Amino acid sequence: MDMEQPDVRDHRLSRDEIEANFSDLHAPLSRSEALIAADRCYFCFDAPCTTACPTGIDIPGFIQKIRSDNIRGSAKTILSENIMGGMCARVCPTEVLCEEACVRNTHEEKPVEIGLLQRYATDPVIDAGTSLFPRAPATGRKIAVVGGGPAGLSCAHRLAVLGHEVVIFNRDDKLGGLNEYGIAAYKTVNDFAQTEVDYILSIGGIEVRNHCALGEDVSLDELRNEYDAVFLGIGLSKANEIGIEGEDRRGVINAIEYIAKLRQAEDKSTLPMGGTVVVIGGGMTAIDMAVQSRLLGAKQVHMVYRRGPEDMSASAFEQALAQTSGVTIHHRAPPNRILGDDFVTGVEFEDESGKFVLYADMVFKAIGQHTDGIEGLTLEHGRIIVNAGRMTSLEGVWAGGDCVVGGDDLTVSAVQHGKLAAIDIDRHLGGTQNG
Amino acid sequence: MADLKSRFLGIDSPNPFWLASAPPTDKAYNVNRAFEAGWGGVVWKTLGEDGPPIVNVSGPRYSALYSNERRVIGFNNIELITDRPLQTNLDEIRQVKKDWPDRAVVVSVMLPMNEEAWAKYLPMIEDTGCDGLELNFGCPHGMSERGMGAAVGQVPEYIQMAAEWAKKAASIPVIVKLTPNVASILPPAKAALDGGADAVSLINTINSIMGVDYDTLTMYPTTDGMGTHGGYCGEAVKPIALNMVAEIARTKGTAALPISGIGGVTDWRDAVDFLALGATNVQVCTAAMVYGFKIIDDLVDGLSTFLDQKDMTLDQLIGAAVPSVTDWQYLNLNYVEKAVIDQDLCIKCGRCYVVCEDTSHQAITHTVDDERHFEVIDDECVGCNLCVSVCPVDSCITMKQVSDDNADKLNWTAHPNNPMRKTD
Repeated sequence: MDMEQPDVRDHRLSRDEIEANFSDLHAPLSRSEALIAADRCYFCFDAPCTTACPTGIDIPGFIQKIRSDNIRGSAKTILSENIMGGMCARVCPTEVLCEEACVRNTHEEKPVEIGLLQRYATDPVIDAGTSLFPRAPATGRKIAVVGGGPAGLSCAHRLAVLGHEVVIFNRDDKLGGLNEYGIAAYKTVNDFAQTEVDYILSIGGIEVRNHCALGEDVSLDELRNEYDAVFLGIGLSKANEIGIEGEDRRGVINAIEYIAKLRQAEDKSTLPMGGTVVVIGGGMTAIDMAVQSRLLGAKQVHMVYRRGPEDMSASAFEQALAQTSGVTIHHRAPPNRILGDDFVTGVEFEDESGKFVLYADMVFKAIGQHTDGIEGLTLEHGRIIVNAGRMTSLEGVWAGGDCVVGGDDLTVSAVQHGKLAAIDIDRHLGGTQNG
Repeated sequence: MADLKSRFLGIDSPNPFWLASAPPTDKAYNVNRAFEAGWGGVVWKTLGEDGPPIVNVSGPRYSALYSNERRVIGFNNIELITDRPLQTNLDEIRQVKKDWPDRAVVVSVMLPMNEEAWAKYLPMIEDTGCDGLELNFGCPHGMSERGMGAAVGQVPEYIQMAAEWAKKAASIPVIVKLTPNVASILPPAKAALDGGADAVSLINTINSIMGVDYDTLTMYPTTDGMGTHGGYCGEAVKPIALNMVAEIARTKGTAALPISGIGGVTDWRDAVDFLALGATNVQVCTAAMVYGFKIIDDLVDGLSTFLDQKDMTLDQLIGAAVPSVTDWQYLNLNYVEKAVIDQDLCIKCGRCYVVCEDTSHQAITHTVDDERHFEVIDDECVGCNLCVSVCPVDSCITMKQVSDDNADKLNWTAHPNNPMRKTD
C-alpha cells in the first residue's frame, strides 16, 4: 500500500459551479402550475393523505384554498397543524407519506404534488412574516424547552399560542437543529431554516438562550425547579461508531459533523473533499452525504449499506436521487476494517462473495446517532420512553423528536411530538386548550 | 368516411359546420382563411343600415369564464354589429361567394322596425349572390337598447312582422336567429314560422355579467370604470341551447321549422348533440375564437368517424333523439335504477360517499369490515345519479336497471298520488 498523501483538497469545483450544484432541488411552483396541480386533488372523504401525514394536516382543505387563491387561508390550515409546514414541504419524504397515500396513484400512478403545493402556500406567508396565530391571554406559566430543533421550536410555538412564556435552551449558535445543521443544503436554499425560525419566534413570548447545553450549562434539576414544565427536544447528539479497526484514521469523518460545516460554510468550495469517497450507511444522512460529496466535486462516490435496498430508511426517491447524482450504491456489504496508515486509504467490506476493498480518500460514517442517558429518565435502545402525550417517566418533563422512542428521524414527526407535548403540558397546567 | 355534405334550406355546403355571425366572419380576410381551413359555410357578421359607421368601445369587448387550468368554458362579449361601411361588406361578400361557390355564404342583417328599411337593404344584400339571410333578433347588448336585436326577438309580434317584410323583400331563404333571453322559446319560434321564415337559428347569447374585479369592487369588465351586461356563450351555454332546440323540434306547432343549432359547439360530440336533438346543421363561434379555425379538422373528422361507427348517414342522425324528449309527467315511474360501484375501478376517494351522505340519501358505505370501502346500500339508493356525476373515474359507478322490463309502465298522469290523474 503506497503512503502518498490522499487526494483531499478544497476548490475541487469553482464557487460558481458549487453554488449552481446546490441550487433548489425542486423549483417552486408558479401560480399557474399550482392551480393545475391543485385542480388534480379529488378532495377525498377522510383523506388518505391527511391520515398519512404525521402532523395530520388537512391537505384537501389547504389545496382547496389554493384553488380559490386564498393563500393566506391555505397557509393557516397547514401551519395550524405543523408550524414547520414550510420546511416539511421541502424535506418530507412525501413519496412515502402523503403522496404515497394519494388516490391518484391508483387512478394514474401520479399523485397530487402535495409537497410542492404546501410550499406554494406557505412561502409567501413565511417570507412576509404574516401573523396568523393570536396568542391566548397570558397564563403566567413558564416552560423550559431544551433543544432548538424542530421538536423544541414546535413545542415552544404551540405553548406561546396557548399563552405560556417559553425559554429555549439551545446548545448551538443558531436555532433550527438539524434543519439548520443537518438537512442537505439543496433542500433548503436561501437560508430558509433561519427565515422559518424567525417566523416561529415572531409569535412572541419565546426567549432564546443559545450556547446553553443541558448537562453542561444547565441541569435538568435546575430547570424542573425553576419552570412549570420542561420539554426535552435534544435529538441524538452522538454519532454512532462502527466499532471496527481503523476508525480513528485521519479522513474518517462523521457525516453529520461534515454536513454541519457544509451548511454553515459561507463558501462551500473552501471545504476539503476527497477525490474518491466512501459513505457507510443507508439512511437519509448517508444519501445526503453521498450526494453532496458529488456536488462538491468528488469524482467517485460509493455508498455502502450492510443490508438490502428494502431495508434502507432512505426512500426510493432518495436512493434514485443519489444514483442520478452519480453515486454508486452497494448493498449487503458490512464494513470489516478501515485501511490506511495515518490517513485512510480505503475500506474493506465483506459480502456473501467474500472480502473486497473500496479505495477512498475520505470515508464518511452515517450509521445513526444516539443520545447519552439523562439521569432519572427511562431509556430504551438509547431513546427516552414517553407516553402518548409525550410525557416522560419524570414528573413535569416531556420529550419529543429524535430523542424519544418512536422518533423516526423526520422533521415532520418531531414537529408533531412538540405539538402534542405542548398540548399535554397545557392540559397539565390547567389550560383550557385540548388540541 | 361518412359523407358530411349538408343541405339546409336548399343551401349546400361540404359539411354542416358554419361559422356563426360574429367577429370571425366580419371580413373577407377571415372568411377566406376559414374556408381554406375547411369550414362548410359562414354567416357573415351582421350588416346594418348604411350611414355613419357603428362605434364600438375601445376597452375590453370580451371576457372569459375559466376553469382552473385556464381553459375558457364561458365567454362574454359587448361587441356591436359590423363597424365597417356597408358597401365594403357587400363587395367582399360578392367576391367571397364568387371565389367559394361550394360554400354556404349567408348574411346576417339587423334593421330598424320599419318596412322601408327591409325593402331597401335586403335586395342590395341578395344582389351579392349570397345564399340566404339571417335576421339578427338576438343580440342582447347595445343594439337592443336601440330597439333592434333582442328587443325584437323578445316580442313575437315584431318577429312575425319583420319576417314578413324580409320574405317580401328577398327571394333567398330567410333564417330567424332567436334570442334565449325569453321565458319560452316557443312563441318566438312560432312567430318566425307564421311570418314565413324558412328556418330558425338558435341560440344567440345570454345576458351576462362575468363577475367583479376584486381590487376595485366594480363589475368586470369595465370601460373607464363602468360596465354593462354582455352576451354569454361558449361551452357553458350548450345545455340551455340544446333544450331550446329540442323544444322547437318536438312541439307540434314548430316542429316543421328547420333549425340551425348554435351554442357552445366545441368538438364533434357537441355537434352530435345538436343534430340528434333536431338541428340540421350547427354554427360555431366561441370555439373558433378560443382555438382558431383549425378546430374544423376535429369537427369534420370526429363527426364522420362517429357516423361510420354508427353506420348512419348525416340525415339519419338529424333528429334521432327528438322522440326521446318528453314532459316529466310522461316519465315511467315504475322504472327503477340503482347505482353500482365497480370495486376494481374504485380508487377509494370517497367523493360518492361524501355527497350522498351530506346532500342526498345516505346510500353509500365508507367502511366495511374496518376497511375503507365504498358500496351502494341498495335499500337507500333512489337512483339519483349524483354519485355517478361526481365520481372522477370514468365508468366506475354506473346505473343498473333493477325493475322488471315487463312491469307495467306508470306515469304521473295516471299515478294514484296525482289528484288530477286521468281515469278511464
